[in-house]
Amino acid sequence: MAHIELRGVTKTFGAARALSDLSLDIADGQFFVLLGETGAGKTTTLRLIAGLEKPTEGRVFIDGQDVTGWGAAERDVALVLQQYSLYPRYTVRQNLEFPLKSPIRPSSPAEIAARVARVAKTLRIEHLLDRKTDRLSGGEMQRVSIGRAIVRTPKVFLMDEPLSALDAKLREALRAELKDLQMNLGETFLFVTHDQVEAMSMGDRIGVLNKGVLVQVGTPHEIYTNPINTFVARAVGSPAMNLMPGAVERGQAVAGSLRLPLEGAESGRPLIFGIRPEDLELGGEGAPARVVDVENHGVEKIVTLQVGAQALRATVPVTLRVVAGDAVGLGWNPGKVVLFDQATGRSLRHGG
Amino acid sequence: MAAVRTRGEVIRHRLSVTAVLVILLITLAPIFWITATAFKPRNLATTMPPTVFFEPEISPFVKLFTKRSQLREPPTEEVYNAAPWWEKTVFDGGEKVVRSGRGEVQPSGYPSRFLNSLIVAITSTVLAVSMGTITAYGFSRFKVKGEDDWLFFILSTRMLPPVVVAIPMFLMYRAVGLNDTHLGLIILYTAFNLSFSVWLMKGFIDEIPKEYEDAALVDGYTRMQAFFKIVLPEAATGIAATAVFCFITAWNEYAFALIMTNRRAQTAPPFIPSQVGSGLPDWTVIAAGTFLFLLPVAIFTFLLRNHLLRGMSFGAIRK
Repeated sequence: MAHIELRGVTKTFGAARALSDLSLDIADGQFFVLLGETGAGKTTTLRLIAGLEKPTEGRVFIDGQDVTGWGAAERDVALVLQQYSLYPRYTVRQNLEFPLKSPIRPSSPAEIAARVARVAKTLRIEHLLDRKTDRLSGGEMQRVSIGRAIVRTPKVFLMDEPLSALDAKLREALRAELKDLQMNLGETFLFVTHDQVEAMSMGDRIGVLNKGVLVQVGTPHEIYTNPINTFVARAVGSPAMNLMPGAVERGQAVAGSLRLPLEGAESGRPLIFGIRPEDLELGGEGAPARVVDVENHGVEKIVTLQVGAQALRATVPVTLRVVAGDAVGLGWNPGKVVLFDQATGRSLRHGG
Repeated sequence: MAAVRTRGEVIRHRLSVTAVLVILLITLAPIFWITATAFKPRNLATTMPPTVFFEPEISPFVKLFTKRSQLREPPTEEVYNAAPWWEKTVFDGGEKVVRSGRGEVQPSGYPSRFLNSLIVAITSTVLAVSMGTITAYGFSRFKVKGEDDWLFFILSTRMLPPVVVAIPMFLMYRAVGLNDTHLGLIILYTAFNLSFSVWLMKGFIDEIPKEYEDAALVDGYTRMQAFFKIVLPEAATGIAATAVFCFITAWNEYAFALIMTNRRAQTAPPFIPSQVGSGLPDWTVIAAGTFLFLLPVAIFTFLLRNHLLRGMSFGAIRK
């Protein structure tokens, strides 16, 4: 178990800036998810903590100790990668033994056997132990990878999109398993992903990265309901938050041809109205809208609406009868509207 | 092999089989020729039209390994009968085996030349492949300043035909006393093969995902340990392919061996054609020498065939 801290970390590769002045705190025993698109700097952050890269500026602390100058082997972290993380030509057992046979932290043969057996049992891979790794399915491979990480007790677990290469069903199953595992172990996890569903469902806390800058850190709930800017609003939630540029006029939000009630906002200022799809209401009185598309997701329907030039998406109960081409009245829950400054994209609640 | 189904596929399949057979025939014909000649009696070696069916003889090999001289007159019956079977085959060819004063058979120069070839080719191959692998690893995994220029420079050493520098090399070697030494040839062949080895190995190592080493580093191993435990086994295919190429180059090299060596360190390629028999050219002896000379390459390639098959399909190594 360990507390991780990055202080003012900048990393450049030649002229390219991967991370700018990143400061991050991951508490002991926390499941921390770094969310961002490809190239946002997630993997770089992880590699900096692992000691596979050295920061250009700034410092890295593990358990209050400055490890900036330490190599990967000395940091006592475990790593699970998206792929290629199992050693080929080795059996599953040899893969699991590998970290325990490290000359830096040698274990006795009896202890190695005991630990491997315990991990194999935890992850239900006992029947695979003597199989070569290229004879494993994708899910089995990732299980073994996770096994190789937990076989010793490192200070922190680093996971770089470990589930991204798996098919949807398996991903869901392993997601739950991994979360359970973390809770049982009570260890610090840093999980990197571009998948907001993974981030929301697994993380105790989420950090959203954009182009090397840490945009917002918070619990999944905070990030979802109170995004700091339009980037986070778009990045989290499926479908994403509806964003409509407009302004407030006499107690009404006006965005193009859309007019909806909104109290307590400054009139005339150029704003972006943010509203989650589930906070839009269809039917009854409201702004006129046309249904363009309906996707049935079983528990709910995702309805694409056209209001003037604006396309909006709403999630409605599956019992609501609506088909493409319908004209409907559109309402919203004014309490759930998030206001962003049109110029900076920053949420007014966060001082935008 | 894919199942052959449609008529078009059947025809295409037959055509490709035919093409392979033709290429095989063309490739194997000289090898058959040399092998056949190595077992022919001397008078059948140069007949026109060529003799295809004959009773194989061992005499070319006996001659290959012994020092002989021309007989002025046939041996007396007493001498002939006292001679061991292999010596009789030499008598039959109108020559006699040279013996020392105490009656010991004098060996020809072939065995020592063959041994020289083995020493020089194996040592230079080991050196070129190991140095090439380490260099390639460095270029592949680390940011080297001016990497492309360095790699081009390494390749450029192969752009000049090596024989062009033979005379200056010879003068330099003579000045430092490296001519006619094993070390001299080993240095030379290692230098020949190194650029090739670096380039080939870089291709193979680039194919090995860096993630394996990252994982090993995090698991508590040093880069060196990761290299030996993870990278090297993964690169085995590439190493095998590179080693075969380097070995064949060093084994076959003729021009420098001819110029730089004459006795002590002479390799087989310049030696074999110099043995055109005592008197008229004896092609059967040359063929026997060539036949034996082919064997190590054939054995080496055969042993590494599984690696080679995968190694030749560059890029398609795994995943």
